Amino acid sequence: MFALAGNANVGKSVIFNQLTGLHQHVGNWPGKTVERAEGTLNYQGQEIDVIDLPGIYSLSTYSIEEIVSREYIAVEQPDVIINVVDASTLERNLAFTIQLLELQPRMVIALNQIDIAEAKGILVYTEELSRELGVPVVPTVAVKGAGLTELVKTAMEAVKGEKAKPINYGSEIEDGIKNIVEELKAETPYPSRWIAIKLLEGDAEIERIIYERQPEIKTKVDAQRDIIEEIHGHEIGSVMTSERYGLASIISEKTTRHVIPDKTLRDHLEDLSSHPILGYVLMIASILAVFYGIFSFGDWVAGTLDAVFGVLQTVYFNTVGNTDTTNFIWNAVVDGFIGGVVVAIPYIGPFYLVLSLLEDSGYLARVAYLMDSAMHSIGLHGKGFIPVMLGFGCNVPAVLGARIMETERERLICAFVASLVPCAARSIVIMGLVATYVGFRWAVLLYLIDFILIFVLGRIAYKVAPDEPVGLIMELPGFRLPSMKTTAQRTWFRLKDFVYEAFPVMIIGNFVIQVAAFLGLLGVVENLMSPITVSWLGLPAAAGVVLIFGILRKELTLILLGSLMGTTNFATILTPVQMFVFAFVVMVYVPCLSTIAALVKEFGMRKALIISGVEVAVAVVLGGIILRVLLFIGLP
Amino acid sequence: MSSASVEEYLEAIYGFNEKGELAKNQDLSEKLRVSPPSVTQMIQRLAEEELVAYEPYKGTQLTGKGMALAQKVVRKHRLLEVFLYEKLKLPREKVHDQACKMEHSLTDETAAALCKALDNPEKCIDDDLIPECSLIVESCDECEQARSKSAEHPLITQLSNLKPGEEGKVAFMRGGRHATQRILDMGLTPGTYFKMVNAAPFHGPVEIEVRGTSLALGRKLASQVYVEVDDKDETWKRPHPHGPHHNIQR
Repeated sequence: MFALAGNANVGKSVIFNQLTGLHQHVGNWPGKTVERAEGTLNYQGQEIDVIDLPGIYSLSTYSIEEIVSREYIAVEQPDVIINVVDASTLERNLAFTIQLLELQPRMVIALNQIDIAEAKGILVYTEELSRELGVPVVPTVAVKGAGLTELVKTAMEAVKGEKAKPINYGSEIEDGIKNIVEELKAETPYPSRWIAIKLLEGDAEIERIIYERQPEIKTKVDAQRDIIEEIHGHEIGSVMTSERYGLASIISEKTTRHVIPDKTLRDHLEDLSSHPILGYVLMIASILAVFYGIFSFGDWVAGTLDAVFGVLQTVYFNTVGNTDTTNFIWNAVVDGFIGGVVVAIPYIGPFYLVLSLLEDSGYLARVAYLMDSAMHSIGLHGKGFIPVMLGFGCNVPAVLGARIMETERERLICAFVASLVPCAARSIVIMGLVATYVGFRWAVLLYLIDFILIFVLGRIAYKVAPDEPVGLIMELPGFRLPSMKTTAQRTWFRLKDFVYEAFPVMIIGNFVIQVAAFLGLLGVVENLMSPITVSWLGLPAAAGVVLIFGILRKELTLILLGSLMGTTNFATILTPVQMFVFAFVVMVYVPCLSTIAALVKEFGMRKALIISGVEVAVAVVLGGIILRVLLFIGLP
Repeated sequence: MSSASVEEYLEAIYGFNEKGELAKNQDLSEKLRVSPPSVTQMIQRLAEEELVAYEPYKGTQLTGKGMALAQKVVRKHRLLEVFLYEKLKLPREKVHDQACKMEHSLTDETAAALCKALDNPEKCIDDDLIPECSLIVESCDECEQARSKSAEHPLITQLSNLKPGEEGKVAFMRGGRHATQRILDMGLTPGTYFKMVNAAPFHGPVEIEVRGTSLALGRKLASQVYVEVDDKDETWKRPHPHGPHHNIQR
């Protein structure tokens, strides 16, 4: 078993894809919203498992990715760790390498992107680096596949080789570590030196594990920490990180030579993309292009698929006849599947593709940089802009896109906010009902109300969500051409993953509602809901059933309302006020079933239900208030 | 030029910048009661010393270095005002002028002592914020130890105050442990040299160059990082943070 580890943006996933090809599986780490990519590699007739650990900068407990990675390395003990290192940002990468060495695995370094480093005027002496770190170093250019055979060969040799040795820190720290190691008795999968370091650093996870079994050691640790802090005059976390970076700096200086390169087109593009004015122009242009591209392509594909399924439906009914039973089978079994296909393939596929391209090219980070201050007003930071923006097309990719935030807290807020953004389906209702029959200004007002809601609820979520809020801090990677192979593979695997996880929820949800309709339970529901729909929201009783079906696909509410009321001229069945209230409730009440499925997949059933519940409550309460306000100001 | 008058100018410019405005020459001339030509001359000098950035027809803004100096003086001024008004019970209208005269001769050491004696006030008598202390301390006891080390404290300001093109050296961090650890993990450890590259408009994040990489840092995080901006030291470019005690050994 090989495990790939390294910083973000170093080409780790590219190496993973090159090594495993189509023999891979992308899923989640158990119970975590962290992507777990595993695959197999064929080397001289041997099958070797490869796992791609998340891209991280440290082995502390800052993000879920970090915790997952270090537990994996220590507990699962992969045969060899392939540490992918970006040759063009060697110093910072080595600070992470030094942390990996602390875990004392068998290790090989893939010195990647040496072409980009050379373009930046950085030359790395591979042999020197290998000597300094005490592990083999193989230069690679992953996007071109260069050096990968050598890498695998070296890794295979390392399986039988010795474990890596950690690099020593300053003597005062080494003394502290030694003193703690001597006292340490608790057995853990981690090396005792590493445990000692983490105890010194006050790592909450490790403290919990050790102090539970050996509480008396705490005083010893505290004493050693005091000594070190006294000598350095800084807090221990700062001292240790400085030590690592100090070592990284020395090693990178010893093993690299710098020449000053000319300014390239790439540099100019990078400057342009974060320019205070032109940067925004470029960003808006790119976003519009992406947005327009995804949704016009998606519409076209969705339309085509709908037509295909229409034909299938006709064929089906012609073959088996149109009876209650056949009707039921189609609606309850097939329709849920169709709903999924019509959403997943046309919109989510292209979305994953574009997101992956933007991410790998390094542009996404620039957009996050430019939008940071705007996103702070709704309780998020810059990285949240992409998912929220995508929500205007479809909430499903938006919720899934919330993964680009680092912590569980930011992910949840981001997905919540994104699920409130009026997607294309909701826009159909707003435009088809309010803009057409009440007036365009009223439709704009609806959007405005929604934005205010997003603003207010985002703020509230920011306040109530657990944990410390963290601002934007991220690397701004240099621009580069993404690898098409990696992008295509990643898109395919993510899409497959989505289909496996979200389809069952959609199909079962659809089935339950159709069964209820078949058994005539909907009339009961209508009655049960009438205190809310009729008395509080002032809507016709049929709206109850419509709203239930709207959970499946929101654009259906309009069609269904028409068919239940027997006309599509809504002016004859609803007053303007009713239309406005109806459109408002549809806009806010619950994310559609596909979005709920995405929420369940990302955050679990409980949080998905809380988000849906909050949105239903907000829609109903505010819907009633809006009704009364509109009547009060005299709208008919 | 006397350091007192430099300090007066920086203080005045700080007053405008604090409200989010650029300091216009005319306003400075009124506030400092000097003729417009001498303001122009002085601003030029300050710009040469890289204490301010001047945009023709728009006004003047402090650079990181200018900001560090100004914060030091303003802090002394406001501490003195509190002292004169609350402890010595001087009439309110006299406090400002007196503080203006005293602030230039007050050593950093005395200012720190004054801060402790006044129980670390956060606001001055006009309700303006007193710029934060630039010592690596979390309590007044630590402060006592820190200030006994030297009478002159280094020029320190928040990273967010630096202007594009300026360089600095990380001194220390204030703020949550989580955020601090993240900043450290990304390579901004105490003693690290960095260069400010860009600052996004609307109080957006800043872009800095550190350890051969570009880093984006939200404005709030950037204001929790305190940096040294004094460039008298010739070893400024030397990237190594922790001195010579590292020996790579097994």
